[in-house]
Amino acid sequence: MNPVYYLYLAALLFTIGAAGVLVRKNAIIVFMCVELMLNACNLAFVTFSRLHGNLDGQIIAFFTMVVAAAEVVVGLAIIVTFFRSRHSASVDDADLMKL
Amino acid sequence: MTTSTGEAVQFWVLAIVAVLGALGTVTMRKAVHSALCLAGTMIVLAVFYLAQGAYFLGIVQIVVYTGAVMMLFLFVVMLVGITAADSLKETIRGQRVATVVTGVGFGVLLIAGLANAHLSAFTGLGAANSGGNVEGLAALIFTKYVWAFEITGALLITAAIGAMVLTHRERTERAATQREMAEQRVRSGVQLPPLPAPGVYARHNAVDIPGLLPDGTPSELTVNATLRSRGQVRDLSGEPLTRVRELEDGADDYLDQDRPVRRDTSAANGSSEGAAQ
Repeated sequence: MNPVYYLYLAALLFTIGAAGVLVRKNAIIVFMCVELMLNACNLAFVTFSRLHGNLDGQIIAFFTMVVAAAEVVVGLAIIVTFFRSRHSASVDDADLMKL
Repeated sequence: MTTSTGEAVQFWVLAIVAVLGALGTVTMRKAVHSALCLAGTMIVLAVFYLAQGAYFLGIVQIVVYTGAVMMLFLFVVMLVGITAADSLKETIRGQRVATVVTGVGFGVLLIAGLANAHLSAFTGLGAANSGGNVEGLAALIFTKYVWAFEITGALLITAAIGAMVLTHRERTERAATQREMAEQRVRSGVQLPPLPAPGVYARHNAVDIPGLLPDGTPSELTVNATLRSRGQVRDLSGEPLTRVRELEDGADDYLDQDRPVRRDTSAANGSSEGAAQ
């Protein structure tokens, strides 16, 4: 087996995550799909690191994880704040700026 | 150069699990189920990292993603409400079909691009990991990527402060004292002393049997609100009356008969008593 199959899997997971972001309305699930996309990118980075035989790809994946952790903290805080004011976690209810 | 057969088998088995988990994340109606599916996918990805020689990242994936990030997700799901299922009504007409078409197109483009790249040979991490995976990563982070490392530290501090600022609620009025809360309770006319216990003046003291008021009617207040809303209140106050009526009917039969059949009546009594229990 060639490690390029890991890249195919990463592409598939990224596509599923992107479709989830487009389809779902619950903000928490949308967020989970974003995490899925980040994880798919990480898998691609690790696989490229193996393909090229140097560790830079793993460093980038590590930084992605750190940034994802920070993103989750702030994003979930926004969802909690939104839920407090609207009693809903649906992205359709964030429509105050809609004409 | 190819990977070992063991890794190929592991890949094909776990890739199916990963894709199923990802599909579950997208399609499950409840946020908790989505979170569990996503956790499964993340654990599978951690195994893939370990299999590909990224030992440090594999462990960090389990500790940070499935350990910290998913727990944070579940925590927020609990805060927002587990039972709140997502509505499946489409806000924009035809959005779902368009999404599937777009997703398939995007996926086909991505995979075709990868297949077109002819990545047949690969180096492997044997040489790069010769001094240890963690040591190699550390040497890179603290030399070539030290600036990015410092910046991520600043980013994490900013994120922590941002989360605190976002979720902090300033108290706009003075907190009510205990005396004020007591006065409020008296004025609002709710039940002040503790609720009466179930089974008081009743024939049982089980929690689902309401206590009887002096006039013999059951009091709903004595039973737990949860049992009441579930309709699991067992009301036995009517049963003694029916038993008395049964006894009276039996007495009529007994008086009508010429010869008393003592054995039959006692058996009937016993059976009715058994039914009452």
